[in-house]
Amino acid sequence: MRQWHKLTLAVMALAAFALAQVANAEDLIMARSQQPFPEAMLALQDAITHHGYVLSRVQRVDVGLTRSGFKTDKYRVVFFGKPAQIRELAHDHPELIPYLPLKIAIFAEGNQTVLVAANPHDYDQFFPHDHLRALFAGWARDLQSIMDEVRKGN
Amino acid sequence: MSPRMIAAALALAGMLSAGIGAAAVPNGKMLFDQRCAVCHGDHGHGGVGVPLALPSFLSSVSNHYLETTIRLGRPGRVMPSFSSLDKAQIQAIVRYIRSWSPGPEPTFSQQPVKGDPEHGKQVFAQHCAACHGTDGRGGRGTGVTFSRPRNLPIIAPGLNNPGFLAAASDDMIKRTLMHGRQGTPMVSYKKMGLTLADVNDVVSYIRSFQKAQHATRSANVAKEPAVLVFDSPYGLEQTVKNIQHAAVGRNFRLIRTQHLDYGFVPAAKENPHQVIVYFCDFDFLYKALAVDPRVGLFLPCRVTVVQGADGKVKVMAINPKRLSHLYNNAELDRDCDRMYRLYKDIMEEATL
Repeated sequence: MRQWHKLTLAVMALAAFALAQVANAEDLIMARSQQPFPEAMLALQDAITHHGYVLSRVQRVDVGLTRSGFKTDKYRVVFFGKPAQIRELAHDHPELIPYLPLKIAIFAEGNQTVLVAANPHDYDQFFPHDHLRALFAGWARDLQSIMDEVRKGN
Repeated sequence: MSPRMIAAALALAGMLSAGIGAAAVPNGKMLFDQRCAVCHGDHGHGGVGVPLALPSFLSSVSNHYLETTIRLGRPGRVMPSFSSLDKAQIQAIVRYIRSWSPGPEPTFSQQPVKGDPEHGKQVFAQHCAACHGTDGRGGRGTGVTFSRPRNLPIIAPGLNNPGFLAAASDDMIKRTLMHGRQGTPMVSYKKMGLTLADVNDVVSYIRSFQKAQHATRSANVAKEPAVLVFDSPYGLEQTVKNIQHAAVGRNFRLIRTQHLDYGFVPAAKENPHQVIVYFCDFDFLYKALAVDPRVGLFLPCRVTVVQGADGKVKVMAINPKRLSHLYNNAELDRDCDRMYRLYKDIMEEATL
């Protein structure tokens, strides 16, 4: 029985090693939607909500640029988060405040749309707390899933 | 644990690993859609990244060039290193890219081209530097983008880039010089008025870039703090006013001032001790977007003023210098450094 326990542990360790080898963390999480900007923007807002986040506001970067005399296509930044999580993090880890809430930049490229977010996995090196690691990993998973949802046009 | 059990564990782990590999049987199109299409376009017609489907491009690069480029990227030139992809996945992506090619994969000799790099330097300065830069650093910008007007269909590649030099053989560079690339500003050596000897000399000069030392910005940047923080001797309200004043004094336009939890809770329940001041210099922003349209992640510029439970007030901001590595864009690094200095100046002035 004890030997089986050891075997199970060994297999789990080796499996984790194998999984770690296929895991991937890019610096940016990006996606291209084949939908034009208005549809992709709606899909993004839906996807954010589906993943349990609250949309706080949208910064209309293109509007500011156009008002200043620059020619640009649609360019927005979408801010979102989980209210309780933001409140707790701001209290327990005020050093994280400048990185809150989460955001995704979304801009038109012809009749398609590109989305970009910083990969929260990167925050591990900025804020090396064990209990934050799982949080950042969860954000990274959610951001990737949100991007996938928009990319697939769901 | 007995040797037999270790062997069993290894076999099982091997099966698991193989299963993972089998589950992710490299599907070039799928991988391209997930990893590459966002920059290069769904059908390789370009975007932030270069147009891979250009027939004259595909007929002048080998699969080895494409594979090495995916693996190593182009340090400082936007194209990241996809070191997390395995060989089979990279080959699958390249097979998919190659499927757009009207002809077969070209083959190139791996033998070095013999020429006079000193003379090549002179020819390069006269005929190549206008697009590729005097030191071969490449054209400005990130490639084709349809987000704003551009006057070039493609950005001249950085020939001194270690990723390019590792991917391209001398023969490949030589043939590009000989035939040019239709659909881009790159013309053939004959149209440039060069001889074959000149071409060899230019190739030798380009290869000599390999000896140049490249600055290791990433190592230096990694020492930077992720957050810029200053203690304020003033109260929260006065500090917010000081930040606004300091930003306006540096040609920024105030966008809005709000609480951190704005939009998450009813206005009456917002925490008044965490105040964000957003501001923007649209001229600077426009130029930065032209360098890299993904820079929107930094937008708008922001300093947060926080009053702790002890009553002490701090001003905080992200450190653009620390985050610059996200973009792998040496040109944008300069803008990030400028933003870093501006943030520091604003925060210092506000807390004097």
